[in-house]
Amino acid sequence: MSTTFWIILAGAVATYLTRVGGHLVISRFDNIHPRVEAGLNAVPAAVLTTLVAPAALGAGPAEWAALIVTAVVSLRGGLMAMFLAGAAVLILARQFVG
Amino acid sequence: MSAEAISESGARNEFWDGVRLSMPVVVASAPFALLFGAIAVDNGFSVLEAFLMSALIFGGASQMVGIELFGQHVAPWLIVLSIFAVNFRHVLYSAGIGRRIAHWPVLQQALGYFILTDPQYAVAEARAASGQSVGFVWYLGLGLPVYVFWVAESALGAVFGKLIPDTHALGIDFLLPIYFLGLVLGFRKRPLWLPVVAASAAASIIAYRTVGSPWHVSIGAIAGVLLAVILPPHHSGVGKRP
Repeated sequence: MSTTFWIILAGAVATYLTRVGGHLVISRFDNIHPRVEAGLNAVPAAVLTTLVAPAALGAGPAEWAALIVTAVVSLRGGLMAMFLAGAAVLILARQFVG
Repeated sequence: MSAEAISESGARNEFWDGVRLSMPVVVASAPFALLFGAIAVDNGFSVLEAFLMSALIFGGASQMVGIELFGQHVAPWLIVLSIFAVNFRHVLYSAGIGRRIAHWPVLQQALGYFILTDPQYAVAEARAASGQSVGFVWYLGLGLPVYVFWVAESALGAVFGKLIPDTHALGIDFLLPIYFLGLVLGFRKRPLWLPVVAASAAASIIAYRTVGSPWHVSIGAIAGVLLAVILPPHHSGVGKRP
């Protein structure tokens, strides 16, 4: 087996550990403390924000326009609508401002 | 109509409900799968290895980082550690979603955790928050198309390598942030949403500028979660029962 194969395999095991690990740790507790529950409820917004904020800050006008339109559409539309609207604005805006 | 037939058609509906919700994810991740395959081959992977990496790891950002380091001839253990670091946020997803799927049989749970990606978690968590139960069939309908397309497109990208035209003009480098912003906004009715988002945004930006990628993800996420833990429970909407 090549080194590449072993890197892939070890990477796969490491990744699976992160995906099952949080549950294995938390499930050891019988009842969850309200503060822990509050923390868990904050997870989606907290993590997903870190995938957006630095990218948004380092971007330009085309990307900002796309994010603003996404945010506005999100007030009314569903996930698919806001994604398509944001993507359309991005592609369009990049034709002009690169 | 027998009860069995009813529950079977119900399960089929559940599955297609999940598939419908998977479509934006399939669209948003397609360019990245193709790009991953192309970059992988460019960095010395074979088509089979690119395919295997997508099939076994199934984590876009970590695969990109792994490939990048591989191309720079970084030590194998450091590549694996980096993949682990990029994927570390899944620990939080795992702890969160565990509450929703604990009633599944163990093997179904084991499979469920294997396909626990960012959008998989966010969409499943949103469904649980709306008061609906997160069933295995629905969850599979949501995750399976993403997995199949991701693996197939990775292989395709590896085979056709450099055929992707101007990736910048097509905006593919910024599709995922747009999609993730949509997900973040979908959680805006949660207690503490704004303070958590503000804390995570600030911490991730500072970490990105100082410590660097990929640590900004874990640091930013922990900042937001810690804030929710530290603030008194009556702000966070849990433990209200007398």
